[in-house]
Amino acid sequence: MNLFNEIYSVYYQTVAKIITEAFKDGVREKDLEDLVMKEAFSESFLTILPSLKSQRWPLLDDDLKPVLKHIPSMPLSTLEKRWLKAISLDPRIKLFKLDFSSLNGIEPLFTAEDYRIYDQYNDGDKYDDERYINNFNMIKKAINEDRAIIVKMNNRHGEFVKLHFYPKGFEYSLKDDKIRIIAEGCHYRYFNLARIIECDYYDEDFSNEKYRDDKKKELQLMIYDGRNTLERAMLHFAHFEKEAERQDDGNYLLYLKYYEYDETEILIRVLSFGPYIKVIEPDSFIKLIKERLIKQRNCEL
Amino acid sequence: MSYSELIKNFEKVRAYMRDFYVYGFKSRNEFNAKSLRSYDDERRRIESWLGDYMRFKRTSEGKNVFISIDSRNIHENPFYKAWKSKTFTDGDITLHFAIFDILHSPEIHKTLNELIEDIDCLLDSKISFDESTLRKKLKEYVQEGIIKAEKKGRKIYYSRSLTIDISNYQDVIDFYSEVAPCGVIGSFLKDKLDKHDGIFLFKHHYITQAIDSEIMVKAFLAMSEHHYITVKGYHRHQKETKKLSLVPLKIYISAQNGRQYLMAYEEKTDKINSYRLDYLTDMQIEEKVCLNFEYLRQKLNDSEKYMWGVSFWRKDEKLERVEFDIFVQNDEDYIIRRLEREKRCGRVYKIDDKHYHFVAEVFDAREMFPWLRTFISRIVKINFSNNETEKLFKDDLKKMYEIYEIDEVEDESI
Repeated sequence: MNLFNEIYSVYYQTVAKIITEAFKDGVREKDLEDLVMKEAFSESFLTILPSLKSQRWPLLDDDLKPVLKHIPSMPLSTLEKRWLKAISLDPRIKLFKLDFSSLNGIEPLFTAEDYRIYDQYNDGDKYDDERYINNFNMIKKAINEDRAIIVKMNNRHGEFVKLHFYPKGFEYSLKDDKIRIIAEGCHYRYFNLARIIECDYYDEDFSNEKYRDDKKKELQLMIYDGRNTLERAMLHFAHFEKEAERQDDGNYLLYLKYYEYDETEILIRVLSFGPYIKVIEPDSFIKLIKERLIKQRNCEL
Repeated sequence: MSYSELIKNFEKVRAYMRDFYVYGFKSRNEFNAKSLRSYDDERRRIESWLGDYMRFKRTSEGKNVFISIDSRNIHENPFYKAWKSKTFTDGDITLHFAIFDILHSPEIHKTLNELIEDIDCLLDSKISFDESTLRKKLKEYVQEGIIKAEKKGRKIYYSRSLTIDISNYQDVIDFYSEVAPCGVIGSFLKDKLDKHDGIFLFKHHYITQAIDSEIMVKAFLAMSEHHYITVKGYHRHQKETKKLSLVPLKIYISAQNGRQYLMAYEEKTDKINSYRLDYLTDMQIEEKVCLNFEYLRQKLNDSEKYMWGVSFWRKDEKLERVEFDIFVQNDEDYIIRRLEREKRCGRVYKIDDKHYHFVAEVFDAREMFPWLRTFISRIVKINFSNNETEKLFKDDLKKMYEIYEIDEVEDESI
């Protein structure tokens, strides 16, 4: 079983799509070219269609009609089936209310015994909770139908509130092990799915309130490369839009962009690197760091 | 050889992708381990796969190439594309489509000779395949599980394997291809489905882990049958690569720092160690089976109550105790919640309405430094059983005061 195998390649996928398209009447070469541009890599157009046209890959005739008799298809590989089986055993799968009996008898590629997310928070969502599952599926439906919903929920302060908005998607964090609803037409951008008590469609007209800013801010950090900090920091902050620059003194400048509402999280993540990362800009962020250090120093430690 | 977007060996491009994405400050001349021609080809390939995310910057050292992605805004990991770039011959692709066209339904069974004849006829003899080429290809496909070979009498009959209908699994595949181990396999499945708008986005999403997928797949395959592996491991401190013979026991994944580790037993040293997946190459699953696998895994599981990160028990070393007290204001319940949900193998006790105590016994207290520092501003007392570790933590704190020019205690008591 090989992961790096041409049977999964973009070229094989694209050729399958070209042949499928070529079965249709009135297909022009331009349509097939567009398909390559859409499906394959940016320079694939230099190879795929020319190879089919020149009969190096004799799968289309001179009129660009398929020489095959059937629309191309390939069964799932053992690796694909074993991966599917593995995810069918994951606790979060209950959310999707699907039947996986077709995978009976297949060995999973991995089980919960084979891996551990060692720094995941322990208060993740309860994926077997019926109310949670039903709310997830109701909201999923509303997202697909582009309809507004009304939710009854307990906010972060434990207060009961009623809100309506357009759900646009879900955001999952592996660290938090929580699903949040991405909202539009509401003052708030995100809602924890687990906080929702009840939800339903909302068909009344309502003013499309602009959600609180999801403005990005920029941070400039100096990385001093002791205790392998450079590698640790670059990997730690890898999921942000960022840019790094080496300085003449052997230190590194890191520019990263983050959402304003994540500032506290970024602040403690920067602090976690101790003296090996220093905030250079903006002053407002330096002030936040200093406030924490002053408070700490006042603890006489 | 002329340039191609496709590659034979993934390992070659793996290091470049990591350098471009994780670091991004290296200039062309610094990739001196390889030739400049090789650098140009790899850069061009990666640009061809990840064009939208490639960035360029001119510095005094030359042109730097880097990859910048806010992974919170993407539905699918772009690095998966690299796994779909395996090279092949004209014969491979032609044969592939011809075989599955002839064996278009699982009920069709053909012998090798029948297949050769049918392929010849289908392709109008524009390209012919000999017996050995076709046999080799069918053998490969049997190993991948997409073709079935059944012996009837003295003849072997080939048919396509039964498949599974995944058309209902769109959302499941979208979700798990980003959050489950070896998610790239989910991306292969996604390619078989109609294109659709994804409904999931992912926060704290370390997409670079994708490039270590093959190592992880092999580790899981070895674990499932308790096999030994041989692998080349780069040792960061010794700055050298060693060939290792290991028994893989478990994969450890960090959701907070992007690292993935193989926890494995090394017979030679009689130790369980952690190995960074991104430092491992050329993993081979050996025939040899470890008869002690269950015992070793249990030993690892039992030790997890002392593991903050991935550091494991070292012979003749003691457990290290870490204790600290923090101050919590009346409206700061979220700090108590943080302590509770982030405590891992530690324990949390309430001292009074404004103070909480944390304690843990761990193999390596230094692994806790990053987390401990996130409570800076409210640590009123901290003790490590290892004096050196305590000194290091406190010295680091002093250095922080220095670099931010925090003077002696200011009048802002808490």
